[in-house]
Amino acid sequence: MKIGYFPGCSLHATAREYAESLGVITGPLDVEINEIDDWACCGATSAHATNHLLGVALPARTLALAAEQGHEQILAPCAACYSRLAAARRAVDNDPATGAAVEKAIGRSVGTARPISLVRLLAELAPKVREKAKRPLEDIKVACYYGCLLVRPPELNDLDDVEAPTMMETVVKATGAKPVSWNRRLDCCGGGFSLSRTSSVVRLSRTILEDARGAGADVLVVACPMCHSNLDFRQKAIARRSEGGMDIPVIYLSQLVGLALGQDHVALGLGRHFVSTASFISRIPGPREGESAAATEVG
Amino acid sequence: MARIGVFVCHCGENIGRTVDCEAVANACGELPGVVHAVDYKYMCSDPGQNLIKEAIAEKNLTGVVVAACSPHMHEKTFRKATEGAGLNPYLCEMTNIREQCSWIHEDRDAATAKAIDLTRFISEKIKRNSPLAPISISLERRALVIGGGISGLQAALDMADGGREVVLVEKQPSIGGHMSRLSETFPTLDCSQCILTPRMVEVHQHPRIKLLTYSEIESVDGYIGNFSVKIRKKARGVDETRCNGCGECQSVCPMKKIPSEFDAGLGNRTAIYVPFPQAVPNIPVIDRENCLRIKGMQKKKAKAACGRCAEACGRDAIDFEQEDTFVTEKVGAIVVATGYQLYSIGKEQTRKGITGYGEYGYGTVPDVIDGMQFERIASASGPSGGEIVRPSDGKVPKRVVFLQCIGSREPSKGIEYCSKLCCMYVAKHTMLYRHKVHDGEAIVFYMDIRAGGKGYDEFVRRAIEEDGAKYIRGRVSSIQREGEKVRLTGFDTLSGEQMEIDADMVVLATAMQAQPGIESLAQKLSVSYDGHGFINEAHPKLRPVDTNTAGVFVAGACQAPRDIPDSVAMASATASKVLGMFSKERLEREPTVAGVDKVTCSGCFHCERACPYGAVERYEVLNRSGEVEKVIAEVNEGVCQGCGSCQVACPSKSIELEGFTDAQIFAAINAL
Repeated sequence: MKIGYFPGCSLHATAREYAESLGVITGPLDVEINEIDDWACCGATSAHATNHLLGVALPARTLALAAEQGHEQILAPCAACYSRLAAARRAVDNDPATGAAVEKAIGRSVGTARPISLVRLLAELAPKVREKAKRPLEDIKVACYYGCLLVRPPELNDLDDVEAPTMMETVVKATGAKPVSWNRRLDCCGGGFSLSRTSSVVRLSRTILEDARGAGADVLVVACPMCHSNLDFRQKAIARRSEGGMDIPVIYLSQLVGLALGQDHVALGLGRHFVSTASFISRIPGPREGESAAATEVG
Repeated sequence: MARIGVFVCHCGENIGRTVDCEAVANACGELPGVVHAVDYKYMCSDPGQNLIKEAIAEKNLTGVVVAACSPHMHEKTFRKATEGAGLNPYLCEMTNIREQCSWIHEDRDAATAKAIDLTRFISEKIKRNSPLAPISISLERRALVIGGGISGLQAALDMADGGREVVLVEKQPSIGGHMSRLSETFPTLDCSQCILTPRMVEVHQHPRIKLLTYSEIESVDGYIGNFSVKIRKKARGVDETRCNGCGECQSVCPMKKIPSEFDAGLGNRTAIYVPFPQAVPNIPVIDRENCLRIKGMQKKKAKAACGRCAEACGRDAIDFEQEDTFVTEKVGAIVVATGYQLYSIGKEQTRKGITGYGEYGYGTVPDVIDGMQFERIASASGPSGGEIVRPSDGKVPKRVVFLQCIGSREPSKGIEYCSKLCCMYVAKHTMLYRHKVHDGEAIVFYMDIRAGGKGYDEFVRRAIEEDGAKYIRGRVSSIQREGEKVRLTGFDTLSGEQMEIDADMVVLATAMQAQPGIESLAQKLSVSYDGHGFINEAHPKLRPVDTNTAGVFVAGACQAPRDIPDSVAMASATASKVLGMFSKERLEREPTVAGVDKVTCSGCFHCERACPYGAVERYEVLNRSGEVEKVIAEVNEGVCQGCGSCQVACPSKSIELEGFTDAQIFAAINAL
């Protein structure tokens, strides 16, 4: 399986570990991802808050490049990038006038490439994940956190159900770990207000983390760099306002899959988080007997 | 020689404002064959009609053209007037210069020219009209009612009391429908079963009602006055002629934990069961999915499993081997009263294009129930004997939150319409709850309160003012489990405040939807339905209980969300329609039906394939020695609806629609 890959700004910067873990798991899952040559920022928030055409044209240009480079699908691991690509796709497909304006602005045809989120990609690959899993994660309890942009607005939803999605749980089950049942899976973490209204982000993220902890989760799994940043980086500030501290590792879905596939935690970027993943990793037993460890797969 | 009279109507200003009616009359007076042309302000008025009658007598007219509104409005009026003057009514035609001309144009000159063209068109056609006589068809004066809920019961009783035989078919083991499950009814709070069960018994005992429960419509043939309906009587597993309803079989059945449909899953029943104590008929049915004996038989096990009910039955009524049987009933009219189902809140949906509320936790968060479940909890015949307790732990809930508009008025879930009665039953629920739990708190989230109806708004006010229900205008975004409580996160749109409420129980007022499988029944009956599966009435205002298929009527919630008074009113309306139809020995109908030229028809049956009503039949032409020479088409005049599809499909021009023959149509077109 060959697909285009749009890392967006965060996977090259604050969410390096997301990109690293993705790079490590695609091989064993027989997926070839090719970074779109000359991609541009998806424009998230700033562009579409400034100008509608700009907000559509920026991601539409990436869709156009993906099509020109021979891709029918374009993987956008960042939820905001996915949302903007999907919004552009929808605007161009549903409104011929916008389509024409966008094509004039970017000077090329938008083509037919469609964005796909990492959650959907991994959910579709779940049987393969189960087949290739080398390490038993049986004892690990996972809180799957979707946040908002993967399912909202409903017309851009990439997952199985807007209000009650199950795709992350499907992937987690494929790794052998146990998804816990909890309430705040779809709540907002505060998103882009991380810097401008930190106190709101702390309040919102705290309720999410407390609920996950209350449900007995060992680890919180996310698929969005913004969510990750709020829940991981802000956890220290959150812990100060929360009784009994927090200390819940927050990792990417790709990292959990990587662990199940027997990959090395350093290669998966699990050392890059603010909340230490060490105690959590130490609870995972080594690869099953008779199977070689990560190194050979990493190559 | 044709002597045509043209009568141009101003329709007050409706036509006169845009069309120069006098000029139209003058121009038409010059047309070949037109011997009389006048204009008048209201042609449909008595003086207007007299103009026509007088002209027919004085000018000896052979055809009348009325240039006015749509023939749907006044064709009958003018044909009656024509007939009154001694001319065959089918020699009168209308040309529509209102809906198709004055109302849609602004330029007076162009509109006038168009009105002249339209009138010339019909004047040419009418020269080739021939006198037609109404068709008389036989009439079976018995009726079929499909559905034994309150609508079907009412329709059946009214017709039977009116002296006609009625066949009542009900899909479930008992009649009574949804109404038998309700606790009390708005706006009077009288007990639902107390007012319903007498009607059920009356139906059962009525000498002119033939009751077929646990039965479904298999196929429908025929046409108004002469329907032939094949009905499948599903195998009950119990011989109705032997069973005396003692209930022994139920008490010995080992399968005691099957969720009861009647109690909305809150109570249990056995595999052989009577759905509720007042069921009519009081004869049990074996649930074939859950009966150990029948499951064993299906798996072809050598040893008979179970069979305790058969042993317990003193009258030898249990018959595991029983199979579905079929009966055919001849009826002249059909009333469709199949009712509704409630919107399902979760992921599983019975209709395409409808989605559920994942965030409301129905089915996953305990003590989140729907309105029908609350009815069963509040009902004296319910699983808790009428005590308000929550399903999870049987405790009395001290704070109950009711959410309105679940599914209704929610285009994103696929239902745009208002279900109309939820506002009322939620108000009723708050009252029932407060009357039984005096220290309980009833909170309602609503979008609007729509309480149109006699005594309805007063009823809602009573819930708020006397019974202390707290109404919050706003929506709830999510419902979650929080310890033993149910936590609702919502928004009060009047105060603009976000709110979090911990409740003991949540009741969701779900939308009304058409019954599953209604489409296939509608197709069997050739009646149309809307995108939601509700049966279409023939006219939303003037023919609300007719359907587009003659002889088929509609009552109750299968046509749109309806409460009990509305359903009963509709049911009585259908009964009066049917009784009116049955007051004659034979039926008369419009003669504008297709006819076959037996000489030129080659028997290709393109017409048969083109006919949407199945009106084309096969006719054998015999030679002198009585052998079949050829098989040709014949039109059943009772079934034909006069659409003309066959006429277009016929390659040899052997089938023509009376009143719309090729000669008439082509002459009209050539006049343009």
